[in-house]
Order: sequence, then structure tokens, then C-alpha cells
Amino acid sequence: MNLSRARHGLAPWARIAGLTVCALLTLGPVVWTVSTSLRTPAESFDLPPKIIPTDPTVDSYRGVFEQIDVWLLALNSTLVTALIAVGQMITAGLAGYAFARLEFRFKKPLFALVLATMMVPLQVTIVPVFLVLKSMGLTDTLLGLIIPAFPTAFGTFLMRQYFLGMPKDLGEAAMLDGCGPWRTFRSVYAPLATPGLAIVGVLAFNYHWNEFFRPLILETSGQNYTLPLGLVSLQGNLGTGSISVVLAGVVLSMIPAVAVFVVGQRPLREGITSAGVNR
Amino acid sequence: MTDTQTPRIQAVRPRAATPAAPPPKASARDRGTRLLAALFLAPTVVGIVVFTVVPIAGSIVLSLFHWNVIDDPEFAGAANYREVFTDSTVLVSFRNTLVFMVLAVALQLLIALVLALAVNGRMPMWLRSVFRSAFFFPLVLSAASISVVMKYLFNQDFGVVNWLLGLVGIAPVPWLTSENAAMTAVVLVYVWQQFGFSFLLFVGGLNNIPKEIHEAASLDGATGLRKHLSVTLPLLSPTLLVASVVGIINALQVFEQPYVLTNGGPGDATRTVVMVIYESAFEQLRFGEASAVGVLLFVLIMAVTALQFRLSRRFVHYQ
Repeated sequence: MNLSRARHGLAPWARIAGLTVCALLTLGPVVWTVSTSLRTPAESFDLPPKIIPTDPTVDSYRGVFEQIDVWLLALNSTLVTALIAVGQMITAGLAGYAFARLEFRFKKPLFALVLATMMVPLQVTIVPVFLVLKSMGLTDTLLGLIIPAFPTAFGTFLMRQYFLGMPKDLGEAAMLDGCGPWRTFRSVYAPLATPGLAIVGVLAFNYHWNEFFRPLILETSGQNYTLPLGLVSLQGNLGTGSISVVLAGVVLSMIPAVAVFVVGQRPLREGITSAGVNR
Repeated sequence: MTDTQTPRIQAVRPRAATPAAPPPKASARDRGTRLLAALFLAPTVVGIVVFTVVPIAGSIVLSLFHWNVIDDPEFAGAANYREVFTDSTVLVSFRNTLVFMVLAVALQLLIALVLALAVNGRMPMWLRSVFRSAFFFPLVLSAASISVVMKYLFNQDFGVVNWLLGLVGIAPVPWLTSENAAMTAVVLVYVWQQFGFSFLLFVGGLNNIPKEIHEAASLDGATGLRKHLSVTLPLLSPTLLVASVVGIINALQVFEQPYVLTNGGPGDATRTVVMVIYESAFEQLRFGEASAVGVLLFVLIMAVTALQFRLSRRFVHYQ
């Protein structure tokens, strides 16, 4: 006890107690959201907040389906997110492989171009991007959200690192066996790339499922809203007192993100930290 | 698209390198490789050119015009920039964004560092992974939806935040309706969601510090805070640099939290640069001015990043 106290400057129990308080504060808003969505509207603002509802009800969930077209929002969000995730895995996988394993002219300047665009925030280019999409007739369509998100500088970088980490002999052996460049990619390297692609896919899912800025600008008619957009517009209901309905919507929209957090925590963590390291 | 004109090299190289190999076959393979590279790169390179490179140039060009999308654009020279520097809302938004950035990044790094050091201490494995997951969890949520939730929690009269403060004897704070409190609320909500990112970086950085160094420091009598300040921090400085660069770049682009929590108010107290870009382009149809603000934000981000790397040469220690 004394020894470890000297080492860490704080007794272990105090350190763990402190961490527990911080973890509760971190998860508190989420717990409150879930429990309030299960209480009756009359109890929404009860203080102290009843974490375990005395009289649990799913009325708010029924309410949210009545007030907004949750199915449509969820369908839009799913379409956008899934297509972007798959699209990014394809574009990043292919381009990453080309930069890692194929020889061609202008490889270095092209790669530098891709890296440089990682530095450019979306918010800075949104006005011209909007105009480009407008000229293509893609504003207020889901495709307008999807197509510009296909190229991913970071995903390309990540996949290049991934392919560079694979032994070169594999490809050389395949070449000697008479495989062309396509066969070498298709049957030797591509199957090994799954964990890297998982990182790209999970990151894309996490980002685009929660995305708000681009949908807010591009999607003007309600039928093209994604979940975050629909929820923020539902929030106007604070005045009518049905915050439990809004919170029920928030809970529903969290489910896929939480599922990915549980199932894909490892690729997500790796992706987020390497996104930071390499951005 | 990358490579169409290298027959000269092709014809020479195979013969020079491997005289035994029949040249036609090798050159067919090279051509195949280049074709494959072109196909593989096309989606990414074309996409990046159309949706990032052209828009950057477009932003700069647009910033020199007055344009409301409906009428013909009208050349304006530097007028948009002059306007930006005299428009009080724009100026305030830059000030707000910088204030926000300083507060948010400082708080985010401090919380993340303390928690990373604490989690790194001795404890059962399962407990460590519970803490790690908890601190990282807010990152997977939507900033917009969570700001909707936070708007209720920060409500002055019936919000849980003021109730908690009441328990320790603090009078209710008008979080979303007074200028300073509103900025504080935006910072807190942002930091709540973002600190997990720096936390993950720090946990990774701490794991990379060799155990022997800690042991040596302890043997030399360094303990507790002293050890962290003089041993851990310098070794962690590369991670600190990354965390602060990314933290600053992200903070300068803050949008969802102030948009949902306060809509920039009260007055302009929490209006940020990205909110101004959004409002002037998509609410007021002043595309030229919005582009000028975007260009300035980009320059600001580049400048801050460059400055940080310059400073870091003095303070970052690589092992």
C-alpha cells in the first residue's frame, strides 16, 4: 500500500474512485437519455432524475413513429452510410494497393496530392462542392451525399500502409507462377486486406451515420433527411413538452452506432487513433 | 490516366535487366500493371480532384465575386475580404472560434491526460477496459443528436446540470441564455464528446514508453506528480503534439454543438466561423462572402498547424 502510494502519488482506491466518477459523468447523459425516453412525459423533468423509471412505458417510441417518419429516416441513413462505407472500402482498397504495390509514373506526386487533401476541411470547400453537385443535379438527393464521400484520402493512406506491411515475396511468387497483376491482387493480396478494410468501413460508418453538416446543406426536402437531421428538426417539440419523444428518437438513432461500438470496437479504436496520428 | 507514354523505357528495361526473358511478354506485363494502376486510382484521384482540388480553387475564385446563385456573378476584387474584416458578425465569429478553440483544446487535453495517466496505473485488466470503453463511447455518437440531449440537460430551470450544481450549493446558471455561460456550455458539450479521442492517443503514447524508464525514475527517487512532469510528459510530447494539432484543427471547425444548443446566440456570443459560412452561403445566398470566410479559415488552420510544428521543434523530445 505504502509502496504503491509512493509510486503513483495517489492511493489506488482513490484513483479508481475518481475514474469511476468520471466514467459516470461520461455515460450519464446517455443513461439519462435512455431512462427519460422510457418515462411518461410528465416525469421527464423529475429531479432528481429517476434513472429506473417507476412506470416504464414505450409510449414515446410509439410517439416518435407518429411524429416523424422514422422508417424513412432510418432507411435514408442506412442507404447513405452503407453505400459510402462499401464505396470507401473499394476506392481506398484499390488506390491503396496501387500506391503500395504497383509501379507507374507520377506515383509520388499523385500520392502527395492525396495526402495533401487530408488537410483540407470539408467546411472550407462546401460552397464550391455544393455548386458542383448542383450542376450535376445532385443537390437534395441521397446520391449527392454518397458520391462525393467515395474518395477517402485517409482510407487510401491507411490501406497503402496495410498493403506495404504485407510480404513482397507473396506477389513475386504469384508472378513467377504466371499470375498477371490483376490475379496477383485478386487472389493473393486482396484476401489479406480484410482487417484493414474493416477499419476503413467502420470509420466510414461511424462518421457518416452521425454526419450532420453535409445533409443539412444538401437535403432540403424532408423525404431526403437522414436521422440526425430529422431529430434536430423534431427538437422543436420542446415547447409541447414531449421531450421523451425526442429522446426516444435519439435512442433509436444510437442503436446502430452502439452496435458497431460493441462489435467493432477494436478496428474503430485503431482507426480513430491512426486517423489522429496521420492526419 | 496516369501513364500512357512510356514505350521507350519499356523497350529497354526488360532486355537490360533480364536478357533471358522475352521482351514482349515483360512489356505486356508492365503495360498490364500500368493499366491496372490507372483503373485502381481513377475513382480516388478523379473524386479528389472533382470534390476537393477543384473546390479549393473554386473557393478562391468565388471569394473574388459577388454571387447569389440566381443572378450572374459580378467581379468584386477584394471587396468580400474587406467586408469580412469590417462585418462585426464575421469578426466576432473568428474571435468566438479562437476563444472556443483555446478553452476546448486545453480542457480536452488536460482531462484526457489525467484520465490516461490514471487508467495506466495498476488495476485489474477488465476494469481498465471498462474505463477505456466508457471514455471512448461518446465519440461514436452523433454530435447533432447529443447536442439535442444536452440542450435539455443544460436547461436553466429543469436541467440536470443545474440540479447537480445545486447539490453542491451553486445557484442555477443560465447556461444557454447568458453570453459567457453559453460559450462555457458549448465548450463543455464539445469536450464531453471529444476528450475520448485525445484519451485514446495518450493511452497509446503511454504504452509506448518503456517500463524501464519509469523504474529508473522511481529508483532515482522521482515520485508521483514530479515523475510525471519530468519523465512522463517529455516522453509523451510527440503524442501531445499530435493530439493538440488534431484537436485544434477539429475545434476550429466546430459547428453542430453551437448550431443546435444556442444557434449562435445569445446575440452572436457562440456564433462560430463555420456557422457564418453556412449562414451567409445557404441562408443569405452570399456565396462570395461565404467563400472568402472559408478561405480565411483555411489559412488560419494552416497557419496554426505550421506554428505548432515550429514550436514543437523546441519542446518535443523524440526518444
